[in-house]
Amino acid sequence: MSDVILEEIKHPYDEYIREDRLPHIWCPGCGLGVVIGGFIRGLLAAEADLDKVAVVSGIGCTGRAAGYLKLDSFHTTHGRALPFATGLKMANPELKVVVIGGDGDMVAIGGNHFIHAARRNIDLTVICVNNFNYGMTGGQVGPTTPETARTTTSQRGSTEPPFNIPRLAGASGATYIARWTTAQVRRLERAITEALAHQGFSLVEVISPCPTYYGRMNKQPTGLAQMSGYRDNSVIRHGADLAEVDIGIDGPIIVGKFLDIRLPFMPGKNGKNG
Amino acid sequence: MPEHRFLTGEFFMSGDDACAEGAIAAGCRFFAGYPITPATEIAERMSERMPEIGGTYIQMEDELGSMAAILGASWAGVKAMTATSGPGFSLMMENIGLGVMLETPCVVVNTQRGGPSTGLPTLTGQGDMMQARWGSHGCYSIIALAPNSPQEAFDLTVRAFNLSEQFRVPVFLMAEAATAHMYEKVTIPPVDEIETYSRRKPTVPPWEYKPYEPDFDMVPPMACAGEGYHFHVTGLTHDERGYPASSVAAQDRLVRRLVDKIEKNSDQIIELEEDGIEGAEVVVCVYGITSRVASIAVTRARQEGLKVGMLRLITVWPFPQDRIRQISRKVRAFVVPEINYGQIALEVERCASSRAPTILVPHMGGGVHNPEVIYRAIERAAK
Repeated sequence: MSDVILEEIKHPYDEYIREDRLPHIWCPGCGLGVVIGGFIRGLLAAEADLDKVAVVSGIGCTGRAAGYLKLDSFHTTHGRALPFATGLKMANPELKVVVIGGDGDMVAIGGNHFIHAARRNIDLTVICVNNFNYGMTGGQVGPTTPETARTTTSQRGSTEPPFNIPRLAGASGATYIARWTTAQVRRLERAITEALAHQGFSLVEVISPCPTYYGRMNKQPTGLAQMSGYRDNSVIRHGADLAEVDIGIDGPIIVGKFLDIRLPFMPGKNGKNG
Repeated sequence: MPEHRFLTGEFFMSGDDACAEGAIAAGCRFFAGYPITPATEIAERMSERMPEIGGTYIQMEDELGSMAAILGASWAGVKAMTATSGPGFSLMMENIGLGVMLETPCVVVNTQRGGPSTGLPTLTGQGDMMQARWGSHGCYSIIALAPNSPQEAFDLTVRAFNLSEQFRVPVFLMAEAATAHMYEKVTIPPVDEIETYSRRKPTVPPWEYKPYEPDFDMVPPMACAGEGYHFHVTGLTHDERGYPASSVAAQDRLVRRLVDKIEKNSDQIIELEEDGIEGAEVVVCVYGITSRVASIAVTRARQEGLKVGMLRLITVWPFPQDRIRQISRKVRAFVVPEINYGQIALEVERCASSRAPTILVPHMGGGVHNPEVIYRAIERAAK
């Protein structure tokens, strides 16, 4: 009898998730579940042919995202998701290629690939989940850790200036840039739908809680506390000057659609080398 | 299609150019690379030729990206290649490991120059032979071929693609600056006479497909992105479904197969050129450009009445250990000249064991051996 009931209450996204891989590895309070849910809804709204969607991830907590999606999905090496995706897209322009990666994967070890993929304005949809630290390895300082923030390798507070990811992408040539936190899930979904439809390098940065490490070490020890912080501190400013969207340890998190322009992109219309 | 689409006939061509044409003949339609001497001419030719034949050329930001891009292209169902030299080969090692783990057909040309580090950018070397075997971390087997002429740069590039597609593994063409920049006659057969092989596709429907379920030869059939299979692959140790599996049992099953699919099929992979091995007292074991220098020494030794055979390794990895063992039972010694301080000589020594000594004739790089030096080693070995 109980079997029958279980069969009837399938989750609406079970069709798009590798159920046989659940439970996932992410911690309670992690924002990645929100990102995956938002991605699935954003993808469905984009009405893409799911047979032609490929997801590429690198390494890290966010790097595991590809493995839970029931799409052609690749879990590659640390930082190399973008060049792998570049090969996929250039060799088969019919594919809609999505790269989901963390801040360390994208702008530290993969930083060179990030700026060059943006420079080429290659038609990839990039979802960069920024949780301000390396979660998978236990909460070390990363390329986006705000100054003075504590991590397991910056116990007295980070002394390095962090990357402002939208500014880096914009300066490099990205043609669609949006940032939302996991507290603005509907807006995040819409941004993902827009990014998927955009032709060229599109970036959606998602500010996402890591209560286990970053939050715990910076006075926001639960996912809820971090989400409340996002709600209280987010300031929506569409078209914001990218130079002014830095994120500090306190203060506002500027969110919104920062850039949406049309420029020639790769692969071009006339031949694959367009 | 324009007439020049595929080259057929006789050409005066460099090894680098012949390699590019071999790739095209084999069905390569994606090239990603980064300029590096002495392999740059391959990229230059591919940048012209790929668009002509409906392929893709992309110059990446570095060799890390080049290697990752050809893996991506291969998973899009396209035969893909990159070409580099020592410093770039070092950078590629990370994603060569991913290529091995995901079982991705692709070809990597290493036009060797003198090392370590930046070394001798314009001068020849054979110092990357062990790096080809063991350069990426972890335990795996690989295939590497060593051409000794522009003609073989063509022929073996075709073969490298065929082997990579058959065994789903990155295959290395271990060329050298000397042959890369050497111009000789290259004969290219009509395209329909060139034997090519493409990866086996799944015969089961998507819901039954397991990306790493081995076939009769230990090699799994390969679905590609966009074909409706909705598969997952990972560089983590994985099970037949392609899902991560962190266990001793899963590691044993996977790594054993990655090695065995090469080593236990080595009779299909190993290609040797043997000359005068029967009755020889000394066998010169050699590969690549050094074979052409060694043959001068061997000819002279024979004129002097010495019984010398020559064994040329066209396939260097997997290593032809059974054949070396066989020969070691009948000869007095092996002579191994190579442009490094002893790499393949160590393998010969391992296989010959105590049955026959191995005499290394090293050259530190930047040029080829003086045949006289090899001759003297043969003479010493024969005594």
